[in-house]
This record gives sequence, C-alpha cells and structure tokens, in this order.
Amino acid sequence: MIRVRPPFPSPIYPPPLVPPSSPSFLSPSHWRLQLTFASYQRPSAEECPTSSAPRRRRLRWWRWRRRRRRRSSGSCQGQQADPFGGPPARRGAAPRGPMAMNYNAKDEVDGGPPCAPGGTAKTRRPDNTAFKQQRLPAWQPILTAGTVLPIFFIIGLIFIPIGIGIFVTSNNIREIEIDYTGTEPSSPCNKCLSPDVTPCICTINFTLEKSFEGNVFMYYGLSNFYQNHRRYVKSRDDSQLNGDSSALLNPSKECEPYRRNEDKPIAPCGAIANSMFNDTLELFLIGNDSYPMPIALKKKGIAWWTDKNVKFRNPPGGDNNLEERFKGTTKPVNWLKPVYMLDSDQDNNGFINEDFIVWMRTAALPTFRKLYRLIERKSDLHPTLPAGRYYLNITYNYPVHYFDGRKRMILSTISWMGGKNPFLGIAYIAVGSISFLLGVVLLVINHKYRNSSNTADITI
Amino acid sequence: MTEALQWFRYHWQRLIGGATRDDDSRPYNYSSLLACGGKSSQTPKLAGKHRIVVPHLQAFKDEYEKFSGAYVNNRIRTTKYTLLNFVPRNLFEQFHRAANLYFLFLVVLNWVPLVEAFQKEITMLPLVVVLTIIAIKDGLEDYRKYKIDKQINNLITKVYSRKEKKYIDRCWKDVTVGDFIRLSCNEVIPADMILLFSTDPDGICHIETSGLDGESNLKQRQVVRGYAEQDSEVDPEKFSSRIECESPNNDLSRFRGFLEHSNKERVGLSKENLLLRGCTIRNTEAVVGIVVYAGHETKAMLNNSGPRYKRSQLERRANTDVLWCVLLLVIMCLTGAVGHGIWLSRYEKMHFFNIPEPDGHTISPLLAGFYMFWTMIILLQVLIPISLYVSIEIVKLGQIYFIQSDVDFYNEKMDSTVQCRALNIAEDLGQIQYLFSDKTGTLTENKMVFRRCSVAGFDYCHEENAKRLESYQEAVSEDEDFTDTLSGSVSNMAKPRVPSCGTVHNGPLGNKPSNHLAGSSFNLRSGEGASEVPHSRQAAFSSPIETDVVPDTRLLDKFSQITPRLFMPLDETIQNPPLETLYIVDFFIALAICNTVVVSAPNQPRQKIRHPSLGGMPIKSLEEIKNLFQRLSVRRSSSPSLTSGKEPSSGVPNAFVSRLPLFSRMKLASPVEEEVSQMCESPQCSSSSACCTETEKQHSDGGLLNGKVESLSGQPLACNLCYEAESPDEAALVYAARAYQCTLQSRTPEQVMVDFAALGPLTFQLLHILPFDSVRKRMSVVVRHPLSNQVVVYTKGADSVIMELLSVASPDGASLEKQQMIIREKTQKHLDDYAKHGLRTLCIAKKVMSDAEYAEWLRNHFLAETSIDNREELLLESAMRLENKLTLLGATGIEDRLQEGVPESIEALHKAGIKMWMLTGDKQETAVNIAYACKLLEPDDKLFILSTQSKDSGLRAGLVITGKTLEFALQESLQKQFLELTSWCRAVVCCRATPLQKSEVVKLVRSHLQVMTLAIGDGANDVSMIQVADIGIGVSGQEGMQAVMASDFAISQFKHLSKLLLVHGHWCYTRLSNMILYFFYKNVAYVNLLFWYQFFCGFSGTSMTDYWVLIFFNLLFTSAPPVIYGVLEKDVSAEILMELPELYKSGQKSEAYLAHTFWITLLDAFYQSLVCFFVPYFIYQDSDIDIFTFGNPLNTAALFIILLHLVIESKSLTWIHMLVIIGSILSYFLFAIIFGAMCVTCNPPSNPYWIMQEHMLDPVFYLVCILTTCIALLPRFVYRVLQGSLFPSPILRAKHFDRLTPEERTEALKKWRGAGKMNQVTSKNANQSAGKSGRRPMPESSAVFAMKSATSCAFEQGNLSLCETALDQGCSETKAFEMAGPSKG
Repeated sequence: MIRVRPPFPSPIYPPPLVPPSSPSFLSPSHWRLQLTFASYQRPSAEECPTSSAPRRRRLRWWRWRRRRRRRSSGSCQGQQADPFGGPPARRGAAPRGPMAMNYNAKDEVDGGPPCAPGGTAKTRRPDNTAFKQQRLPAWQPILTAGTVLPIFFIIGLIFIPIGIGIFVTSNNIREIEIDYTGTEPSSPCNKCLSPDVTPCICTINFTLEKSFEGNVFMYYGLSNFYQNHRRYVKSRDDSQLNGDSSALLNPSKECEPYRRNEDKPIAPCGAIANSMFNDTLELFLIGNDSYPMPIALKKKGIAWWTDKNVKFRNPPGGDNNLEERFKGTTKPVNWLKPVYMLDSDQDNNGFINEDFIVWMRTAALPTFRKLYRLIERKSDLHPTLPAGRYYLNITYNYPVHYFDGRKRMILSTISWMGGKNPFLGIAYIAVGSISFLLGVVLLVINHKYRNSSNTADITI
Repeated sequence: MTEALQWFRYHWQRLIGGATRDDDSRPYNYSSLLACGGKSSQTPKLAGKHRIVVPHLQAFKDEYEKFSGAYVNNRIRTTKYTLLNFVPRNLFEQFHRAANLYFLFLVVLNWVPLVEAFQKEITMLPLVVVLTIIAIKDGLEDYRKYKIDKQINNLITKVYSRKEKKYIDRCWKDVTVGDFIRLSCNEVIPADMILLFSTDPDGICHIETSGLDGESNLKQRQVVRGYAEQDSEVDPEKFSSRIECESPNNDLSRFRGFLEHSNKERVGLSKENLLLRGCTIRNTEAVVGIVVYAGHETKAMLNNSGPRYKRSQLERRANTDVLWCVLLLVIMCLTGAVGHGIWLSRYEKMHFFNIPEPDGHTISPLLAGFYMFWTMIILLQVLIPISLYVSIEIVKLGQIYFIQSDVDFYNEKMDSTVQCRALNIAEDLGQIQYLFSDKTGTLTENKMVFRRCSVAGFDYCHEENAKRLESYQEAVSEDEDFTDTLSGSVSNMAKPRVPSCGTVHNGPLGNKPSNHLAGSSFNLRSGEGASEVPHSRQAAFSSPIETDVVPDTRLLDKFSQITPRLFMPLDETIQNPPLETLYIVDFFIALAICNTVVVSAPNQPRQKIRHPSLGGMPIKSLEEIKNLFQRLSVRRSSSPSLTSGKEPSSGVPNAFVSRLPLFSRMKLASPVEEEVSQMCESPQCSSSSACCTETEKQHSDGGLLNGKVESLSGQPLACNLCYEAESPDEAALVYAARAYQCTLQSRTPEQVMVDFAALGPLTFQLLHILPFDSVRKRMSVVVRHPLSNQVVVYTKGADSVIMELLSVASPDGASLEKQQMIIREKTQKHLDDYAKHGLRTLCIAKKVMSDAEYAEWLRNHFLAETSIDNREELLLESAMRLENKLTLLGATGIEDRLQEGVPESIEALHKAGIKMWMLTGDKQETAVNIAYACKLLEPDDKLFILSTQSKDSGLRAGLVITGKTLEFALQESLQKQFLELTSWCRAVVCCRATPLQKSEVVKLVRSHLQVMTLAIGDGANDVSMIQVADIGIGVSGQEGMQAVMASDFAISQFKHLSKLLLVHGHWCYTRLSNMILYFFYKNVAYVNLLFWYQFFCGFSGTSMTDYWVLIFFNLLFTSAPPVIYGVLEKDVSAEILMELPELYKSGQKSEAYLAHTFWITLLDAFYQSLVCFFVPYFIYQDSDIDIFTFGNPLNTAALFIILLHLVIESKSLTWIHMLVIIGSILSYFLFAIIFGAMCVTCNPPSNPYWIMQEHMLDPVFYLVCILTTCIALLPRFVYRVLQGSLFPSPILRAKHFDRLTPEERTEALKKWRGAGKMNQVTSKNANQSAGKSGRRPMPESSAVFAMKSATSCAFEQGNLSLCETALDQGCSETKAFEMAGPSKG
C-alpha cells in the first residue's frame, strides 16, 4: 500500500501559485505544454525506478523492456486508504474554463471533486513513463578502439575478397576500342571531316588478339559531347515520344528551337533527337578467304525493355502505315530521313526505333558510350568473335570535330557486373586493406591504452 | 485534451509567426512596481490624455457623446483575421518570415525563363504546400479564438437600463463605458469599473485575481470614498458625477483618477477602487460599479500580450554560420557562373548540345554566365538550411515537452511542475556562466517563522519556539507512522521540551509546545475521527510551522503585569515600572494591526469575519458605542482583578462573555499533566464543531489555567481565524501576536479589532494605512487608540530605516530620552545578533500624534491623494512627514528557513563552474549567514567584504558588497575594476540591493563580461533582474506571480534549478548544437553532389537527380532523423550529469559548437560529398549510363551516408531512432520504386521511369552504395574511435559510468572526483602563479582592507564587537576602496 501524505496540509486554500492553464485571453499565456493524454497513467513509485535506480547496460543492444503500467493507486486512493487520511487535498480544482465562469465556491469548501473509487484526482504530475522521463532503453555505442576493432576486421575480411572477385571478373572482360574520329591525317576517316563529301564511307582495320566469347556488345562512344547540358536534356517531349497525338502535332515548348520547322511540328522534336547519332557501323571479319565476312549485328534488344515497350510509342492510328501516323509532322532539321524511315522493320521504326531510344537516354557524363548493336553468340563451340582481323565500315555522318569530340567504336563482352571496370575491384581491395590496417593500428592502440588512466578501468 | 490542443496550436503559432514577434514584449510594465526611487520618468506621463467618463444614461446623452462616445465598447475580438482579409493578411504575415521570403525569391527566380533550373511548378510546390498548411492552421486557430470570443462576448451581465429603471441582462459585448453594472458574488467582472457600491457594510469588496495574475488570495477593493457611507444602493439615476482618469494602460498595479461630483468636489480614485475585468467577485453579495474601460482598453486585455521571444545564443551562432553558408553558396554559384562562361566560349558555335535561343542566336558567354549564377542559386538553394529553422523550432518544442514532463520537477505540495514560458531558449540553460539569485523565497522557503523579538531593549529568545521549529521537520516526516495515542505522544514529546532559556521549568509553558505540536500534526487529529473537518489553522500561505508560535516564558511573565489600569489616564500610581509593559502592549498591538492582513474564517472560506455585534449596524455610531462601552467594561472588569472568570455579567452580556476566556487565560494557576491530556481529549466530544482546532486550543489554554472552561466552546469569537497576508512575514507577525493572546480579530477599512488578552477586545479606528514600498522600506498605520483615544502611528520597517527616523529629542524629559537611547542601543545590538543568525529583522516603532498635528498632516495627505500627476511622489512626501520622530518599541527576528536541497544544489552549480551571485535586499549579516548556510560561501572561503573589511585571499574567495558600495561600483569608472575583482571570487553576495541595482548588476555582468547570465527570483523585486538576464527563472513561491510572469522558466523550488541546468540545460544545448551542425553538414554534403556534377555538365545547372527526389530528400527522407536526434539524444545519462556537475562546463565553453567545429563539419561534408560523387563517377565513367540512372546511386549512397553519419554521432539510440532511420530509408526506396513505376512520361526531363527497378536488379548498384558509404564515413568513424580511445572528453569518459553497476559506479565516481581534485589543484596553482605575476587583486598588505575573517565574525559571539568596529571602519572607508580597489587591479 502506498501511502501518500496529503501534499499540503490545507485542503481549503491550496496555494494556487500556478495559474490555471486555459484562460487564453486573459492570463498572458500560461501555456502549459503538457499533453495530458490519460490521467490514469500514473504508475506508483514502486513501479518506476527512481532516477538513480541501478541500470546495467553492458553492450546490451536492444532491450525491449515493456514497463508494466498498472493502473496504480494514485494519490486519491492513497489518501483514502491512509488510516489517518486527511481530507483529500484539492488538486486541480482550480477553475479551468475560460474566465472561470463555472467557478463553484462549494468546491473549495468540500475539498475539491470527490474521489471516485478507482479514479484519481487530476494533477499536474507528469506521467512517470520511460518515454516521458527520457529513460527509454537505448543502445549507447561507445566508440573506442576496443569496441570497434571487430568492425574493421570484418570490413577488411569482406571487402578484400569481393574486390578480388570483381577485379578478376573485370579483367576477364574483353574489350576493344577503335577511334574513328579521323582528326589525324593518317586516319582513313580524315577525308570525311570536310562537309563536302556526302556520303562519306571510311574503313578501319583492326585485329582482335583474343577471341570474344559470349555475347558481344557493340558500342559507339562519344567524347566531349555534353549530352547532359541542362537545356539539351530538357529539349524533348516525352508525351510526343509516348505516342500522344496532340503532343505529336503540338510539341512541348521545351523543344524550342527544334519544335517546328517550316510551320510543321518536328517529330521527334527537340535538340536531343535533332542531334541523334547517325553514323552507320558495319563489322566485317577478314577471314582466311578473300571475302570478308559480315558480322551479324542485332539491332533489337539494345534498349531497355520498358523504354521500348512502355515509354516510347508510335502515334496511334493508320494500321501499319507509319508514315500515315506521322502525317503533318516534319523530320528534325539535322536528320536525313524522317522518323518513320529509321528502319525497315516495323517493330523498330518510328519512335520505337531502338537506336533512337538509346540516344534519347541522355548520357550522364560528357564522355560516354551507347549500345549500338548486339553480336549474339551463335553456338557454344565457336567464339562469337574469333581472334583475327576485322574491319569496320563507317558511314561517316556525325560531325564531332567542331567541339573537339571523338568517336569510337567499342566491342566488349560483359559479365554480371556489366562492362570492364577495374576501378570497383581495386577500390574494394583498397578499402578492405585500409580497414584491415586500421584494425591492426587500433589493436595496438587498444593494447597500449587499455591500462592507461583515463578510460581503461571504466571501459566496458 | 484541450491542453494538448492548445499546446499544439500555440506552437504552430510560434513556429509560423515567431520571427515577427516583438522581442521585448513583456506582459507587464513593472516600472511602477519597482518604484525605483524618484525615477518616475519611467512611468508614462499623462500629458493631458485623461479619460473622462460620464454615466451612459439618457440624462447625460450629449455629454456622453462628447466624452465617452468614442471609447470602445466591451466587445472583444482577439482573432487576427476576418473572412475577407484572411488570404491577403495571412500571406502577408507569412511572408514576414525571412525563410518564406527566400523561398518566394527562388520561386520568382525560377519563373525567369533564362535562369530557370527546375520546372517552375516544382520549386513552387514546397512553398505552396507550406503556405497552405500554415494558412489552414491559422484559420482553424483563428476560428477557435473566434468561438471563444463569441462565447465571452455573449456572456450575460446586469446592466442598468434607464428605460426599465432596473438592472437588466445584457451581453458583455453590449456593455459600454459609463454603464452601471451590478454583479453578484462569484460573478466575473466584465469590464474595468469603479466600485460605487458594495453590500458589504464597510464598503469593501473582495476580488480574486487569479484570472489575471494567478494569485488566488483575495484582494480588497473599496468603494469610492463618499459612497461607502451611503447605506442604500447607489442609484444610477442620481449619479451625476464625472470620472476623470488616466488613459487606458496596461499597468495592473496603478490606477489614478478622481471623481468629480456635480458640486466640483473631487474624490481621489486609486486602484483600490478599480475592479478589473476578468477578476471574480468574492465574499460580497453584490456590487455596483461604473465602467471606465471596456473591451480592449481594459487592463486585462492590454496586458494580454504574447509570450516572450528571445533568441538563444546558440541560435545567434547558427545564424552567423548560416551567413557563412550564404557566402559559400555565392562562391559556388560564382564558380558555376565563371565556369559556364568559360565552357560556353569554347563551344559557342556548337549547336548540337548548346541550344540556341528560339530566334536562333546564341547568347554571349558573359551573359550566359550571369544567368547561370542565378540558375545555380536555384539549384543549390538547399545549401541554405531553411529547413534548419523549422527543425530547430520543432526540436525545441520537443525538448520543452520533455522538460515539462520531467517528474523530478513536480512539486507535490503545490501540484506544479516546471513551466517553460519562453520556448526557444532552452539550450541557453546549458551555457549559464553566471547565476544571480534572490535570497528570500528563492533560496529560502519564504515561510516566515517568528523566532525572536526584542521589546524595550529586552531580548526574548523564544527558545521553545526554536525547539519546536527543529522538531517540526521530524514530526512531519514521522507522522506517517505516527500511531501513538494522543496522550502518549503528548507526554512523549513534551519531555524533551524543557525550556532552557532563562526560566526554569514552568508547567503550562513547558507543555505548550507539545500541545501545539499535536495540533500541527495533521494526521493525528484526523485519526481521531475528525477527518471531515478541514484543517483550519491555515491561511492560504501558512503552514502550522508558521502559525503555531510558542510564546517565550519571560515575555509571558511580563504579560501578567498588563492590566487595563495601565491605560487609565487618571491612575498615576503605576507610571514608572510599567513603561516596559506599555511598550510590550504597544509592540504587540503594532504586530497585530500594522499590516494589511485580511482576516477570514476557514470554515466559511472567503467570508470575511466580523465581530458579531458589529453586523448590520451603521459603523460610525457603532464605533462610538463600542469605544465607550469598552472603556466602561474594562474598568468594570479590572476592579475584580482577574480572580474569577465566572464573574456574572452585568449590563452588556454579549461583550463581556466574549472577553471571558481571555481573562481566564491570564490566570496563572499551575496545571497538571493529566489535565492536559484530559483537555486535549475534550474536543473529541465537540469535534462536530467546525471550529475544532481553535476550540481545542481554547480549551487547553483555559484548562491549563483553571480547568473551568465548559461553556465556551461554541463561542464564535474563539473560532479560528485565517490570516491572508500579502507577504508572509506580515502573517508571521500576526501569528506571533496571536500566540501572546493579542489576536487580530477583524479588519475593515475603517477599523481593526484586536482581541487583547489582558485588555479585552480593542477596536482601533483605522485612520490611514501607508502601505509598504521598497523605497521607504516601511509601512505605517495610523489609528486612534481606543484606550488613550490618541492618534497613534505604528510603523514597521527595516531597521536601518526606522533607526534613522527615531526621535532624537524626546519631549517627555531627560529620563525618558535616556531610556529610549538605551533601548535603542540594546535593540540595535539585538538586531545585529538576529541578523547574524540569519533572521530577518524588522523594527517596530510608534508615534503618538496630537489631534492638531494629525489634522494638519491629513490635510496635506488628502491633497496628495487626490492629485493625478505626481501622486506617487506626493504620497511619498506625505508619508515622510508622518513617519518621523518615532519611538522605538522593539524589533522582531523572523526566520526564513532554507528551502530543501538548496545547499546541495548550490554546491552542484558551483562545481558546474557557474559563478553565483546572491542579490538580496537583506542586511549584510543576514545575507552572509544565509550564504554560509546554503553553501554559497564555505567556511574556509576567504571573504572580501567590500566597503567593510576583507581577508587576504585564499584560493576561493567570496565577495560581499553592500548596496551603497554597489552604487559606487556600478558607476561607469569603476565597473571594470569591480568586475575584475568579482571575477576572482567564487561567489558574490550583494546585500541591501534595490531591485534596480539588482538588474543593473546583471546587466553589467552580462554586457561587460559577455557571459550567459541567469537570474532567479520569486518576488516583484526580482522582476527587473529576471527580465534583464539571458534567462530569467521565476520561483513560483509565495510572493505572487509577478516573477513567474516575467520569467522564461518557472520552477517551484530552487533545488530544481540544478537539474534544470545540469541535466536539461546540458542536454538541450548539446542536442541542439549537434543537430544544427548536423544540418549544416547534411545540406552541404548533399548539395555539393550537385555542385561536383556541374564540372561534368559544362556548369549548365543540370541536376543528375530527379527533381522530386531532390526536393523530398530534405523534406521527407532526411528530415525526421535529425529532429529525433535533437530531441532524444542523450550523451550522458541524467544521473551521471547530476553526479558530476563538472560536465556542465562543456556547455559553458560551447564545446559542442565551436567556430572550428562548424568548419570541420563543413570540411567533412565536402569530403563526403566528394567521395559520394567521385566513387560512382569512376565506376560509371565511360559507360552507357544516363543522367538520372547515374544520379540514383549517388542519391542512395548519400542517403545512407547521411543517416549513418547520424548514427555515428549519436550517443544513444533508442528504438525510436531506429524506427525513424529505417523508416526514412524505406520511404526513400518506396518512393523511388513507386515513382519509378508510375511515372511514364511525367516530370520531364528527369523522368525516373523504371530506373530504381533497373538498379535494384543490378549488383553493381549495391556494391557502389556500400563502397561509397564506407569510404565516406571512414574518416569520421576513425576520428570518433580515436577520440574515444586516445583523448576522450570528460563527457565521453562520464558516459562509461552508465554501463557500470552501481557499486562499480560509486567506485569510479570516487576515483573521478579524486582525479578532478588533483586537476583543480594543479590548475589553481597555475592560476595562482599567473595571478601573482599578473594582476590579481590581492590586497596583501593593504591598509584599506582590514584583514578579518567574516566567518569568525558571523559565528563567534566573542568577536562581535571587534567585527562591528571593523565594519564601521569599513563604512567610512568606502571611498578609500574606490581608490584602492582599482590600484589592486
């Protein structure tokens, strides 16, 4: 039984030193910040350990301790049960309503609202809960050499193998790059730099030292091409590309100045489309025979599936006749052919031309590559691209020397982690090593300082 | 629930409108309260701006229109908006905030096509959302206010209507100035009105002002002079006077004006005549008043200003760092602009990706660079942590919520807990360097207990009383187990109570204490079955310890010599010996009547007691009759010379019977112990009586004497009385007087009834009360003595003041004069002695005036009273004229007990490095004594007593300075030296300081030393100090609510201060500073990702992140964790913080947020953003990745980095932290996935379609995120680890204690403290050596500072004279100090 002594011996005039909370317009802001959620949540003193109660917390991570919240006997009951129980102190009976209109003088005489059995008089006593008293069980990490040692070793032990794995994988990727910009006079494509020669076809020979196994990806790479320029990035109309017929004929303003040409809306509008890469690359294997063997380049499957099937759509209507669907529009200024003549394959024509889709996915960095073709593995027995001499036939349309750009053709096999990228593996190995090293250093520190005065005896 | 609502509502308001609030809006104008000498220039001059009020009745229609027509009526409107102006006004209000303006600026900027960085709508969105939400909140809140207003406006009151010739119901809102209003008991006053009539025969009316200032004791208001005498209710029809008063102002404590009758006669009006809106009429059946101020012009409404708004130091710090961020932003934007210009000049002609303008031409690089600058500002806007401000506000709310929830602050006695009134300076609590404390009521309980008195030069030490006080505490603490029988306990407890002071054991008196003790033991009584009887000994302010005074035996002996014969003018035989007796009589009469105590009966709460025979009769005539009759009866009863209490009454039975018990008390029959118990049990029979307690006392008193008291228990006169005093010492004196059977029976404005044991009931005609003020430091009552029929002035006041006012040359001849001189000397000695024991001293003096003198004075006084301008000064002068040539009667020593836990708290605060000053109005000795008692000064401290003496300094020093010296010290030229001197002192005690001086001291320290100051006080005299300090804390003690109203925090006891500062202050400070730093870090780290990207996109302002993610990153994904961190972070547990107050020093030194911490944080942020950008960059370099796919791992890694950074910085993580952090991560992924799945063509150009999904299937994405996060966090993590191992801060070390078992912890704490002491010693040595070489003010061999230890001075009686001489010497050397002091420095 908890006995609660009457807090103030006078039941008649409890010192009303704290003004009632509510009169909002009369008393200058006695705002009480107390959120009284439930008045019965007043655990007894027994239940809630006092602030100095012992608490062990040795690397105890999460201790979900649910404090039982009994409906405890509050002051009111305590008073009643007190053998000497004085009259219950009047608590919280101070007038509360605005302006204390419902003031009842009798309250003061009778000693406040009667204590209903089980109920408690409302007091301002804050709830003694772990949350309110900021005694929630907590994980208190103490970062010292001793405690974090394992973390460093674990990181080291995990990262180094991963790094090695990645590094090896990356090194197994075959990749060849052929620059065909033609700025060097010796280059076969040098002739194409002048705008007079149209169309200009140049051929570059190269040799694969090792055969390329598995699927081979053919990229074209551009350098110094700021496809990420803010206004360039904006210069497109996704609705138009999604086949919206109104947007087709009335492209977004963002496309300016490539929105209309000669009073006709451009389809596809915008600078991105306008600057679409339009070189044609063909790959030939120079076999032992005198006839070069063309390598089958797959046009489809180079774009994201979602782009091809969801995001990009040809305008509706007109059965199979794409030209009909694009009626009323004109080709982008720089294009040679309208959009519905990008490819002969109906599934790869118009907006859903995959070269176009790939191009429209603007590159993040000024030096980038874009997937151009797929060279599929034909059989398990033969390498996709056997070692040997090849030549690349280029229909040179795309001018990059204006802006000191470069053009490349890249052939690459891929692994689970994409293309060749030694950085990731090296970085993992490096971080793992550093972490391991730090672990060793900390071990030394921990050993050295363990018995020194300041922390040792109280550490853990 | 409403509380919760209000809480929320209020904080929204604070959040939104906070910045526009007036910084200095204080709820009250205290200038007049402080009464700073002649500085009335502070109070606004009226300058002819008077208000004239005439009745709002048909008869005066023209005049009314002329004067009062323009005054506002009683309708109030506290709403900010109306339906029409809501939108514009709300927007206007909202755009007062700098943050919103910045947003707006960005939005506008984004509408400029040339610079737009995002889509227009996107930048607008946050602003619009915020504005809308806030507008809705404002609207709801305003609507709520509107409803309350409406409710109040439609309250009903009775207003006189001429048409119906009676009072009719009318709404509050229809009340106008000049209306007559009739109110009944317990009704709320609708407007400020002049009291014209009260049903109370004395023309007074009680009001309760709890609605106004929280004080619930009753205040008296008086009917305007001239109306009080009318026996019938004032008739509005006949009211033809005109009221002139000052213009509406917010000063609750002042009202000046006069009432001009039609015959040009003027009657002064003061606040005593004014009923304030919002107060409640109590104890008065009905009152009638005329409205002078209505509606918004009422004092209550004018006082209704918003909460205080202070800026914390931390916030100021943060603001400067925000400015650094602005600078950083400008630099980054300039970089972008220049970079773009250069880039563009390279590719000017390249139309492929450098898109020309619609008209085909390209803009020049220079211009493009300029545009780019603004674009970059939009892009990098997040660098300015606008969200910081909102977060800070929210965090502070959370912190304050927790402060207020702390159960340790709960004071059960008062049912109150800490109140945070200022909501935004909680973190300043963690940086306090100087603490200024009031003494009375702050350090002490302000439970004034009568301890000793000195009458006519004889000291009565009241030893039994002292014993009682000592045992009181035990009795209270034991009373739970107190199961002894009454008699047993009485006899048990009576035994040790043998008086040792003076006389030998004296039966009745020896038993008295136990009797009182039994009376004060609450449970004991209720255990006897009388629990339904309210404990009736209490007044609002008094506990038994104050009310039960045990009389001194010697003094009681003297009392026996009092006979009414002394006052018989004819009887010349007993002239010489009883002079002392006369003094005693006068002394106790002065104690009883020289005050403003309101008497009420507890069983009829709030009902004024009056003598039964007085009821209903016209006062004037009654007065005469009474006096006559009394003289008669006194003479009659004196002749039998106290032989029998049963003297048959003759003639006037009523009065005589009433005197019976009193007479019987004076008999000195020796009682027996059995009688005591017998008599003590007797009330059981009569326990149904409401007056049980007092009855019992009567019984026992009577019983002790002759055991013949049967018939008197029901006597109304004997019924218990409650005294409600404005200050507790008044009550203490009245209770003391009552202990000597000089009981204050009733008090009306016209007369005071005192029941004097030996003389019977005396009715003093009360001519004047000159109330106490802090300038005069005294109060006086002017009465007509019923026995001598002379006009007598009783004055009570501070000894220094009274001593100066004593008559130098007594007109009564040499012997009397000589006697008076002796008395004076002796009393002075006693006073000093009292003060040394830490008692509060008051001198009691009287003055007899001739009728002519009185009439002369009265005339002048009347003039002063009726003047409107300069009234205060005139009244002061008038008082001076009255209070002179006084005759010293004696002095009292009142003990003000130290509050519980004060010494411990002060010790802890000292350890925390807080310099504590005690500023008190008390005497030096009292102050020093209390300072020792509460461990402010330690016995081995060396004490400088400025102006008096000093001791050569030890390591710790205390400084004591008196008010007069303080005056010099505060002068411009000496300020520096003074401060230098004080900086060497551990504690400073300023005594005899006026309120103004208090505030000046605080101001001086605050402004010159640039330190954080905290002032704590409980009374009106501390208000100015509280307001001046960085943090003002009010102790909601016994002196009303003024200090609390002015304070930032209100606590109920001083001991709570240590937890408030050491724990909550420390937490708030570290939490908030860490959170602010984290915010800077977060924003810089994230925004810099964008910045680095600019180097790869030609500085074109491209964002590689989806705009929505960009906006939501700060708004949603990373907003909650820092807030939770700011609210719940706990670097060290509360227990350890309390155990090791030294930890507080880190806050004082702002260790958590130093200037370099900010830059280190920024550097770290730069590093992390570099890592976060370039690791993915190198990985995705020369791949086919597109912009937004590239941005995705960047964002994800940034999210992890930023959140894990928080985890590293956190010292304690609860499930809430985890929940929020995991929730943030999940919400990010959910958003990215859902958005990526839904958004096919939306949100161009940063279309996120399927990006996240692609990435989540890609192992490289995870590898990148993990790698980036690890590299980015590694340095900070390693730094923290090394810090923890190699150079842990005290806080970190203390944190280890939390993990120990209690035993280990005590052990470790011991070790710690030992080490700490070592450190201290070394540092002190260093200090000392520095001091020696430097400018330490050590008056080593100075002749100015007499070397004297004040310790011995205070405690050793033997040293007394020596000490005093030194003191006197010092006083004369005040000037010398001024010259010598600086030279020391």
